[in-house]
Amino acid sequence: MGSIIVLDREGKEHKLNAQSGLTIMEIIRDAGLDIEAACGGCCACATCHVYLDKDSFSLLKSMQDDEESMLDQAFSVNNYSRLSCQIEYEEKLDGIKMTLAPE
Amino acid sequence: MNHNTDVIIIGAGPVGLFAVFELGLLNIKCHLIDNLDKIGGQCAELYPDKPIYDIPSRVKISGQELTDDLMTQIKPFEPIFHLGEQAENIKKNEDNTWTISTSSGEKISAKCIVIAAGAGSFVPRKLPIKDIEDYENKSIFYSVKNKNFFKNKKIIIAGGGDSALDWTNELSNISDVTLIHRRKEFRAVPESVSKMLELEKENKIKFILGQITSINGSNGLISEIVCNNGGVEEIVKTNYLLPFFGLKMELGPIANWNLKINNNLIEVDTEKFETSIKSIFAIGDINTYPGKLKLILSGFHEAALMAQKCFSYCYPDKKNVFRYTTSSKDLQKKLGV
Repeated sequence: MGSIIVLDREGKEHKLNAQSGLTIMEIIRDAGLDIEAACGGCCACATCHVYLDKDSFSLLKSMQDDEESMLDQAFSVNNYSRLSCQIEYEEKLDGIKMTLAPE
Repeated sequence: MNHNTDVIIIGAGPVGLFAVFELGLLNIKCHLIDNLDKIGGQCAELYPDKPIYDIPSRVKISGQELTDDLMTQIKPFEPIFHLGEQAENIKKNEDNTWTISTSSGEKISAKCIVIAAGAGSFVPRKLPIKDIEDYENKSIFYSVKNKNFFKNKKIIIAGGGDSALDWTNELSNISDVTLIHRRKEFRAVPESVSKMLELEKENKIKFILGQITSINGSNGLISEIVCNNGGVEEIVKTNYLLPFFGLKMELGPIANWNLKINNNLIEVDTEKFETSIKSIFAIGDINTYPGKLKLILSGFHEAALMAQKCFSYCYPDKKNVFRYTTSSKDLQKKLGV
């Protein structure tokens, strides 16, 4: 089992156990961090928005059109923005780092 | 206007709709209230075209098809819909009935309330700017009720979906429109996008690439907005902003009804799906109990059990004889088959 590093909105760092096959949103949500994920992970809202750090971002598979479209409903989107429900954890992502976007 | 019925269902999503069926079989009449202007809840608003694969016997069904089929199924029971209205206040009457007043001033009285509100009401997603409420309905509008209000005014529209593009195109005829969007691609239908691009080419509208980061103004009136595109700031003078960033869900006024709530979910028992207040029920995604799964099929089950208990409130002197639609002439008559 690997892990991911998540900075919450207060800037506190959390190291979360990560299992292959789970999405990043599920890992964050199930750890009890404050992520709304209103639609439950079907890429139909934009409430699981995170900012990856630059190196972590480059390890991810590129975004599908529907994720890019949903990001239009998020705010303060930057070049390292992703919807965490669309990122499936796999071993090569061990140690990736991200920050929860503002609500 | 005042209405009187047996049961008020809050939420016209799949579970609220199926509740009409289960209640209808027991001769219980329903009014439904939904903040959206259409029927179907999340199925219609969030994923009308996305297939659902876990509705029993429906191998694959879209959110819209599920909504349409449920509407056909409940047609014999003639439910009354109050769409585009939010259930705001609840009052207990002397005879133990309830009266709900809605955001548009309707008053509906009933013997039972069924909350089938999913993740809550859909409300416009607001820009994360401090004190944005001060500007709302003065300088910031989340919908266009009367387009002539914007005639000959300089307005900014933000967003890249259908609402943003439709209003950009429409208001370009009478207003000075600037569209702001974070990228050059738009998720609106292609016809609206090409129309907008044409208008931009003819200088009939202005397009700015970027995201709104702050608003300057006073007393609820905007004077200018600041947008940012990859670190480059641009200040645009305007008095009116129409942000179209879709809808989000929030529990809304129900949170103040003194129900026992746990993590934005309403606690119920699993025998009757009644809340901590007698004759108020909660079914579907909005409720919580040990082992709860947020599935449409769980909501259907909860609707059936809730209806049995509602019967005892609606017909306290009658005995409820449990029957099947396959064999009961009485039920078949109600269904018109």
